[in-house]
Amino acid sequence: MEIPYTSKPRPDTGLYNAKLGIWLFLASEVMLFGGLFSAYVLLRVGAAPGEWPHGWLNVWLGTLNTVILALSAITTLLAWVACKVGNFRKFKFFHACTIALALTFLCVKMYEYHDKWIHYEIKMTDGRFADGHFESAVYVDQATHQEVEEHRYRGNAFSKVSEGVTHHYELESVTLEGRIVTDEKDLMDLRAQKHIEHGSVTVERAHIKSMENYGPWHNTFLAIYFTLTGLHALHILGGTLVIGYLWGPGRKMWATDPERFTNRIEISGLFWHFVDLVWIFLFPVLYLM
Amino acid sequence: METTVHQFPPFRPADTHSGHGDHAHPEPGFWEKYIFSTDHKTIGIQYGITALLFMLFGFGLMLLMRWQIAHPGIPVPFIGPLLERVLGQVAAGGAISPELYNSFGAMHGTIMVFLGIVPLAFAAFGNYVVPLMIGAPDMTFPRLNMASFQAYFIGGLIMLVSFFIPGGAAQAGWTSYSPLATTIPTDGQLFWIIGMIFLITSSLLGAANFIATIIQLRAPGMTWMRLPWFVWTQFVTAFILLLAFPPLEAAAVMQLMDNVAHTSFFLPTGLAVGGQLANVSGGGSPLLWQHLFWFLGHPEVYVLILPAMGIVCEVIANNTRKPIWGYKSLVYAVLAVGFLSFIVWAHHMYLTGMGTKISTFFQATTMIISIPSVIILTCFFISLWGGSIRFNTPMLFALAFLPMFGIGGLTGLPLGFNVSDVHLHDTYYIIAHFHYVVAPGTIFALFAGVYYWYPKMTGRMMNEFWGRVHFWGSFVFMNVVFLPMFFQGMSGMLRRMSDGGANYSAAVNSKAGADAVGGLSDSILSLHTGILWGAMCLGIAQIPFIINVFWSIKHGEKVKNDNPWDATTLEWQTPTPPPHGNFTHEPQVHHGPYEYSVPGHAVDFIPQNEPAGPADKPLPATAH
Repeated sequence: MEIPYTSKPRPDTGLYNAKLGIWLFLASEVMLFGGLFSAYVLLRVGAAPGEWPHGWLNVWLGTLNTVILALSAITTLLAWVACKVGNFRKFKFFHACTIALALTFLCVKMYEYHDKWIHYEIKMTDGRFADGHFESAVYVDQATHQEVEEHRYRGNAFSKVSEGVTHHYELESVTLEGRIVTDEKDLMDLRAQKHIEHGSVTVERAHIKSMENYGPWHNTFLAIYFTLTGLHALHILGGTLVIGYLWGPGRKMWATDPERFTNRIEISGLFWHFVDLVWIFLFPVLYLM
Repeated sequence: METTVHQFPPFRPADTHSGHGDHAHPEPGFWEKYIFSTDHKTIGIQYGITALLFMLFGFGLMLLMRWQIAHPGIPVPFIGPLLERVLGQVAAGGAISPELYNSFGAMHGTIMVFLGIVPLAFAAFGNYVVPLMIGAPDMTFPRLNMASFQAYFIGGLIMLVSFFIPGGAAQAGWTSYSPLATTIPTDGQLFWIIGMIFLITSSLLGAANFIATIIQLRAPGMTWMRLPWFVWTQFVTAFILLLAFPPLEAAAVMQLMDNVAHTSFFLPTGLAVGGQLANVSGGGSPLLWQHLFWFLGHPEVYVLILPAMGIVCEVIANNTRKPIWGYKSLVYAVLAVGFLSFIVWAHHMYLTGMGTKISTFFQATTMIISIPSVIILTCFFISLWGGSIRFNTPMLFALAFLPMFGIGGLTGLPLGFNVSDVHLHDTYYIIAHFHYVVAPGTIFALFAGVYYWYPKMTGRMMNEFWGRVHFWGSFVFMNVVFLPMFFQGMSGMLRRMSDGGANYSAAVNSKAGADAVGGLSDSILSLHTGILWGAMCLGIAQIPFIINVFWSIKHGEKVKNDNPWDATTLEWQTPTPPPHGNFTHEPQVHHGPYEYSVPGHAVDFIPQNEPAGPADKPLPATAH
């Protein structure tokens, strides 16, 4: 006996097997992201007054990414329709668009992550806070007392071997493109502050109490931001790989079994629409609220 | 249909050896047939063997822990030196250190639940039996099915490997509560989380596959109300796994971030570790972990019990030779249990201070869920009434399941009320309670399933005499092990103490005299010795079973036909063992699942696929 309903729908359920399978999988995905969203709610409700950040993310980039994913949803649908009416050339064109849009989304996301990665908050010994994007750091060679300028943060000290000699460098000062505030709470709600003066701020090492970038360890908002968007980006990546496979080597099936191939496009499309939908929730929750 | 025949035990008659001239090489296709098989029956057997081995291993961990509880700090006899050699400092001198005890405790729970019982009850029996019962050629997604087993296997390997890394396996309990799980400075927890992510993936793939199979691949005429009740339990179990596991996966991802990326999802502001303020951003919530964990954790209890109930149902119907009483009630009850299981989780958290209003809500739902559970058990009891019962080994285990699960269930009620839970929480009472549900409950049902379906898998019966020895040994010693724990718990003995409470009691008693509040009397502590002996005898009682399983593959009594139990359900209407593709032709279903002793019929059972003859009564109301 062969397994029935692999591409034709079962009459009483109206579904072929894989379509039911992907809906079940998406149900579990809803619960996965649901768990993380409920974590977001609990962390936000439980945060001490004034400690939940506002306006830390770039709304324009978020909007751009929302538009990109919305467009990719349309091209995915059109690719499936093209398969349905038997227009393979249009299918190839639309799914090429989907892949290009997905990669653009990931590039924008990478830029946003990098922006947080180079964003530092320095607790100063006088109780004030320097906050801004890393510009440069001055290190001093311990033997020659020569100063070198580095454009990435290399910790408090590092060593380098050049021409057989090991040089030890110690941090001298850090320069940020940002500002100095007296109350850490001023760094929390950026939306309420209309004009934020930015400039070059240099902090001597002697004045640095601690220094930390805006990674997931910085606070629970960034933790949930990186986790949610990271998991979402992994889904985008996975979807792109599947769609890329169907667009590339997997398209051979069109010649042998167009009905099954169309089903594959439909199923990968359902997954893609789900991933888009997650972003439709992520965008207001993280960027706007 | 393919002509290849997949068989268990792993050998083929020489005459099917065609197409391969060179006999000097090992048999071709071994890997495809037995390791990377996509046949649901082979995968079911793979799951079954792996899960049974894990259960044996988890049982071994328990024996070591019982030794340490009964004789704290005294080297383990016989295998103590081996432990020291393999595990190093944590087993110095062959004795079990508190850290090692914590590892064993955490891994005993994890292995028994996630690597033993769920894979055996759901994946092994479900894989082997469900497609046969609904008249399907295989699962809907055979390759996904294989991937599911592989993910399970890898997850299990990661858990095993974690014993041998520096610092040993996870120590924060099978519930892995944060912040403890993050602040313990060893890597065991990391392995635990990654292992769990594999196991969760495996469960999700399996669950989606089961649901799709039951919805899409039922044979013609196999309407919903003609499904054997075992299939219903697997269906509901699959939905529970599909929807309850992902939140734990989310929690595991967050705990992974806490442990690796130093986030503070579950770490509160002002967390102190070893008297020092921890270097974390804080702002997290330890309660969040507990909510997410128990959102899986409680439905998981029903994942453990529902397939077991399904097996008991099939065995009881078959051996009482009469229709199961209240089939429709059973179906609606299992659906109700499945739904309610999602809204009872916080009754594990009465003591966390989450608020009395929330406690009251979960107390109410917890009491409500006992109603469908009691309906199920009542249907089974009434089914026995007036039957001419065949007392074979599977039936003995199924019958023992009823009172054992009854004890487990009823002792759960005081835990569901938040007032009495304050006293009983985290004591040996709860250990006894859930072990009565899972060990003499679920595991007995699983033994019933093994004895019942073994003839279908191998074509031979298991030895009846040694089956009975196995049953009576297990039945007696299970109770010797778990019954005293109720009394220990009610006296206030806490779980998770590596010396069984000896030091704690000594400290309390020396302060305030022998009848101090909180101290434990010597008679309560001395029960440990009896439990240790009971546990060892329980282990010995499993030896006949292990030998029986292997010996009967070749030497068991051959089945008289494809349907040795005179059963009605479709898995017995196939060749033995069923070939790849299961049925020689597509079965057409004409009857409900339990048409036993129908008046006016020549024999006392009507297989589901037997065409309705003129002598038969009209179809019963259940078949529509």
